[in-house]
Amino acid sequence: MDFSLSEEQEQLRDSARELLARECPMERVRKIAAEAAGHDAGLWRTFGEAGWLGILVPEALGGAGLGLLDAAVLLHELGRVVAPGPFLASSVAAVVALREGGSRAQQEEWLPRLAAGDAIATLALYEGAEARLEGAALRDRAARRAGGFLLDGAKLFVEYGQLADLVLAAFRTARPKAGGDFDGVSLFAVPGGARGLKKEPLVSVDETRRSAELRFRGLALPREALLLGARGSDSARALRRALDACAVGIAAESLGGAERALERAVEYVKVREQFGRPVGSFQAVQHMAAEAAARIEPARALVWYAAWAFDARPKEAPLAASMAKAACCDVYRFVARSAVEMYGGVGFTWENDMHFYLKRSLVNAAAFGDSDWHRERVAELSRF
Amino acid sequence: MDLDLTPEEAHFQSELRAWLKTNVPARGRGGTREPAGGERLRRMKAWQRKLHAAGFVGIGWPPEYGGRGASLMEQTILGEELARARAPGLVGTMGIQMVGPTLMRWGSEVQKRLLLPRILNADDVWCQGYSEPGAGSDLASLQTRAVRIDDAYVVSGQKIWTSNAQIADWMFCLVRSDPDAPKHRGISYLLIDMKSPGITVRPLVQMTGDAGFNEVFFDDVRVPAENLVGPAGEGWKVANTTLAHERNMLGSTTQTQLLFDGVLRLAQRTRRSEQPLVRQRLAGLKIQVEALRWNAYRNLSSALRGRPAGIEASITKLATTELNHEIARTALELLGMLGPLYRGSRHLEDDGLWPYQFMFSLGMIIGGGTSQIQKNIIAQRGLGLPRAV
Repeated sequence: MDFSLSEEQEQLRDSARELLARECPMERVRKIAAEAAGHDAGLWRTFGEAGWLGILVPEALGGAGLGLLDAAVLLHELGRVVAPGPFLASSVAAVVALREGGSRAQQEEWLPRLAAGDAIATLALYEGAEARLEGAALRDRAARRAGGFLLDGAKLFVEYGQLADLVLAAFRTARPKAGGDFDGVSLFAVPGGARGLKKEPLVSVDETRRSAELRFRGLALPREALLLGARGSDSARALRRALDACAVGIAAESLGGAERALERAVEYVKVREQFGRPVGSFQAVQHMAAEAAARIEPARALVWYAAWAFDARPKEAPLAASMAKAACCDVYRFVARSAVEMYGGVGFTWENDMHFYLKRSLVNAAAFGDSDWHRERVAELSRF
Repeated sequence: MDLDLTPEEAHFQSELRAWLKTNVPARGRGGTREPAGGERLRRMKAWQRKLHAAGFVGIGWPPEYGGRGASLMEQTILGEELARARAPGLVGTMGIQMVGPTLMRWGSEVQKRLLLPRILNADDVWCQGYSEPGAGSDLASLQTRAVRIDDAYVVSGQKIWTSNAQIADWMFCLVRSDPDAPKHRGISYLLIDMKSPGITVRPLVQMTGDAGFNEVFFDDVRVPAENLVGPAGEGWKVANTTLAHERNMLGSTTQTQLLFDGVLRLAQRTRRSEQPLVRQRLAGLKIQVEALRWNAYRNLSSALRGRPAGIEASITKLATTELNHEIARTALELLGMLGPLYRGSRHLEDDGLWPYQFMFSLGMIIGGGTSQIQKNIIAQRGLGLPRAV
């Protein structure tokens, strides 16, 4: 038995940390956050050259052909620096959906470009504020017509939707079945520049993670745009797999953010003095930090397990993903607010970096199913 | 990442399972009062001897002392399987986990030869003489005096919270042998025969109603000088070898998993598991249980790779004991007015397990280094924060 990262995974972690310290320091994060697109093509190219963008893309299609645990190692590091950019949307969500649901032609067309960083892809799913990530919430229909489909509807919270060259959009092609998860929902490969697609940025507190509202107005697609899914019937399963991968990805990223926020706050309380001594020598502060550390470590084990299970034990993967998502996003919010408090007044300022962590923790908690929904899913999958 | 057991480990596991299936004695679930004194001791010794005869006691001990030099992985499997089979605890745990390894590391040849062979077969029962009325979390301020007179130490003072002192043959004890040295320096580690004249054991009744631990009074008790373990004045260092063991003992996740299974069954039986709020709480608990389970595998793997231990034991102790208490509290809340019903009552659910666990787990939060002490350790040794003044 060996429940630990491999040597290669530890190397990946170390080299990623080094590269991000050099290429993605907080000054650059701040600069990107202040820009209209919230995206830096140069940084994205750097990620591509490092082989990160294709980490989940099969080797034959120009990727590294690695597993979700490797991607989680990377996401953990990206989370530590609150890295901006569509990594989760493009290199995890879209890649997994294409890998598991795309036709050979779709995979050959898009995966090499995504791996190289020549194209950005994203997932369009939400129609409302749903914290519950279920098929029943999806009502927008794809109407069949001769030779293809017509899409009408509006999709919210599409990560980096403004930039995407490829939008994998979920539309209903059949009625929902009771308890049928995403049955009846299909994914469509929509080119970012398609006629009938309008994009409008959404403004959120987290300027390091952008999203958009996408309106589909009689958008015509050929039959080949449909992702058929592994079973050839619909792409419901591919969509669910992509969402589980995202849940694990967000969990890993949240954990990285929590870890770094705590490290920085601890460094600060070691030097900040009040009453003639470092505030970090007060037990009230020490116990806040210790509580944070004691919650981070067990959550880390859950992320490893969930990421590993995604590839090695697919039957356990949905339960594991939900456990990891709920645990890590709760931990991140708890740790980020503790870190702000450890900084005191300075932590409340724009100049201090803690607000980036706090805001990301908020977005992550809401995205891809909130903790309540994931806990209910844990209850259901465990047959409570 | 590889979660499979080796063929040898799998064989050990199935052999053990088969044995436990036919040999674990039936017993209450903690809610019924344990039989008192002699009868309880006889039963517990019989169980340890049976387990030992089958080769499953102290398996991590080297063969020369009666163990099988089992790997950490096999020791983990043993712990998990014993818990899963709901096997009774061992009366000799203090000897097996604490004093045995300490003697192997620090003991004289005579001590090893005379004492070690009697531990695994429960011929000697050991108790731990650490805490005192004035020395709890601040253990190093202990005041029980040991004055060297000729070839003996004369011990006077008091120990408290001493589990099993009423049945123990021996105590391993921390005493102040040099009152002028700095507080961590003047401490020695002594082995005291519990039948020595001058020892009085007074049982303390716990909030559970059980008489599990005691006060022990020493009134000029003569302890032969050869019962000193390690150098005089180095007792703090000697004891620290075993404190780490104690934290591991308190951190079993199998117990926690079983406890969670219990509250889940309770919720299902009472159909409270159909309520969204209850489902949220149960799922929240399950997530914590699973996180600790995988974290234990992670810590185990790290130890198997020979990486130095950090603050994992403190995190595990803190998180596990707090979670056990939370599980019991959840069960009590699900039970409503039935929750507080206790031993001997009609309408008792789960044999009174939950109010017992609620109390017992609070004891575990305090014992072996309180949650607050664990947080100090995590903050100072783990995060490098300065010592609190």
